[in-house]
Amino acid sequence: MSTIYFNPKESESIHILREVAAQFERPVLLFSGGKDSITLVRLAQKAFYPARIPFPLLHIDTGHNFPETIQFRDELVKELGLELIVRNVQDSIDQGKVREEKGRYASRNTLQTTTLLDAIEEFKFDACIGGARRDEEKARAKERVFSVRDDFGQWDEKNQRPELFDMLNGRIEQGQNVRVFPISNWTELDVWEYIKTENIKIPSIYFAHKREVFFRDGLIWTANEHVYREPHEEVVEKMVRFRTVGDMTCTAAVLSEADTLETVVEEIRQSTLSERGARIDDKRSEAAMEKRKKVGYF
Amino acid sequence: MENRKLIKIATAGSVDDGKSTLIGRLLYDTGSLTTDKLEAIEKTSRQRGFDYLDFSLATDGLVAEREQGITIDVAHIYFNTDKTNFIVADTPGHVEYTRNMVTGASTSQVAIILIDARKGVIEQTYRHFFISNLLRLSHVVVAINKMDLVGYDEDVFLKIKADFDALVEKSNFKTEQITFIPISALKGENIAKKSAEMPWYLGNTLLDHLEVLEPEDLQEQAFARFPVQYVIRPKTDAFHDFRGFSGKLYGSSLQVGDKVTILPSFTESKIKSIQFFDQELDLAVPGASITITLEDEVDISRGDMIVKSSELPSSEKSITATICQVNHKPLRIGDKYTLQHGVNRVLARVESIQSKIQTDFSGEERAEALKLNDIGKVSFKLSKAIHFDPYQVNRSNGSFILIDEGTHDTVSVGFIEARD
Repeated sequence: MSTIYFNPKESESIHILREVAAQFERPVLLFSGGKDSITLVRLAQKAFYPARIPFPLLHIDTGHNFPETIQFRDELVKELGLELIVRNVQDSIDQGKVREEKGRYASRNTLQTTTLLDAIEEFKFDACIGGARRDEEKARAKERVFSVRDDFGQWDEKNQRPELFDMLNGRIEQGQNVRVFPISNWTELDVWEYIKTENIKIPSIYFAHKREVFFRDGLIWTANEHVYREPHEEVVEKMVRFRTVGDMTCTAAVLSEADTLETVVEEIRQSTLSERGARIDDKRSEAAMEKRKKVGYF
Repeated sequence: MENRKLIKIATAGSVDDGKSTLIGRLLYDTGSLTTDKLEAIEKTSRQRGFDYLDFSLATDGLVAEREQGITIDVAHIYFNTDKTNFIVADTPGHVEYTRNMVTGASTSQVAIILIDARKGVIEQTYRHFFISNLLRLSHVVVAINKMDLVGYDEDVFLKIKADFDALVEKSNFKTEQITFIPISALKGENIAKKSAEMPWYLGNTLLDHLEVLEPEDLQEQAFARFPVQYVIRPKTDAFHDFRGFSGKLYGSSLQVGDKVTILPSFTESKIKSIQFFDQELDLAVPGASITITLEDEVDISRGDMIVKSSELPSSEKSITATICQVNHKPLRIGDKYTLQHGVNRVLARVESIQSKIQTDFSGEERAEALKLNDIGKVSFKLSKAIHFDPYQVNRSNGSFILIDEGTHDTVSVGFIEARD
């Protein structure tokens, strides 16, 4: 009798993705090129096979992405025959909707919110699927799988719908939309082990490579024209890799020799620094994430 | 993913029972607190002038509740050991505990009920156990905490155990489903390491106990139910005529060749194939998200249910259910709602409210309405029949939610009663 081991977290995520396709008219998968959104694409493939994934991908491009990520994104979309929509933070800046941050910690990370909300409006998306996980950060621990956002994209943590058993309620008002988090219950290690088991392709910057970097506040920053650097901050070449892949201005590297999936997974298993510890934007304040979420940040 | 087993736990305790400390301690003792999180806890504990590390800081999430010093909602916490992945639904113990604990327990198999050794079994304990019983959790761990503050006295432990056993007699639980463990979350006694202070306790530590639980033993044995979530029609050259019915399987296994009945049409067919992504299987186990094809061309849409022809569920247009109100808007006679049973939606009207049930095992009383956090017995008329099993024999096919027609909020959760 042929059967297989069913991973309960994978089955739950597939169930959620099918609910999205069934309950919403214009869903979209928010794709950053990071490992979590790549995992979502694999789960969506599994959920709808042998049909194609019944929603497009949306990438909010800060213009400060690692080139390796963009190249990876384009190859993935081509290989799987997916529809990709790209909206640029640079356009929001040019239109005067947001102002570029200046100085030591300048980042386009928070500016993405405006571009995202505009894209939701433009395409009338009613469900945005994201790769956030509850284990990432304390404010995320209370996030729902279907999280209703008002016309302004805001999250009201005190007024969330209870989610009982497997039943998801995606009913919304005109103008509202729902953020959907299919891998809510996964941990960072779950994601890495899944990528390894499934042998999923990921961008090269997740593996150890030589890179020009500089050190600030105990973190390792990429040295290039997009990242503000003081004259005394010395550039050195190091073997590094990234644990999260976001904007260059807010993603710190870690020293690593791990250059295969096996060694990366082993490193994560041993590691005692949490993934968000390498996110520069969260270091700004303990309540940083919660504040960003309230104004519509993913 | 490595094939670790998954255990889902709901925690219940009142504000001062040290629940957040217990969870923080579990995270710490399993090495799940990372350096930067631990640093943040050390820093904050120092700033506030505490003598010890305040592990509760690991879980108390949102700004508002940090200010109030209480948890306000269900928070999910993850940790793992070599063999097991754990998901903890942490629910607060204060006023709105009913809604939150029902929510947390609905996705859990096990409850940890915390008791302060100095206070013993109190009204809150009754309520937490009542909900564990109502939701039919498979296993309850009664963690008697703060043993350090009662001199690790065995008599205190035995007295609380005896009081709790009296409660168990009023419930549907069998004694083997309940385990008592004396702990000190603050000092780490009997959490991951066996306590030298309590040599009289011969059982497992809390973590060892949670590790020996097996998901198969915790899963209820019920008939196979396959609610159709989504019909897959690729309309591609390679899969021109493919029509697959996708969903999550509950209750027990389904196999290729099984004779099945499709509800509500009561059409019969046979399972032709069971697919998971690009693999064809002979058998799928409960909990699996799969796609099924049938031997015959049958008209099936979302909300229909595929079951074995020899194991039909009840099909009724009027039902009675135990309702827990999870929204500020009260439920009244005559109210109309959308009733969501699994993935199927029908309209429902409240015919009568038979009683409001006391959550301390003290009985029932008459009620005109069910307010937030109330539990009561309610009869409904439905626009179409639903195909259910009583909650007592099937958790997933015996439960539903009510959605408000105006606000679209989830306002109630229901547990369907057997027909008299």
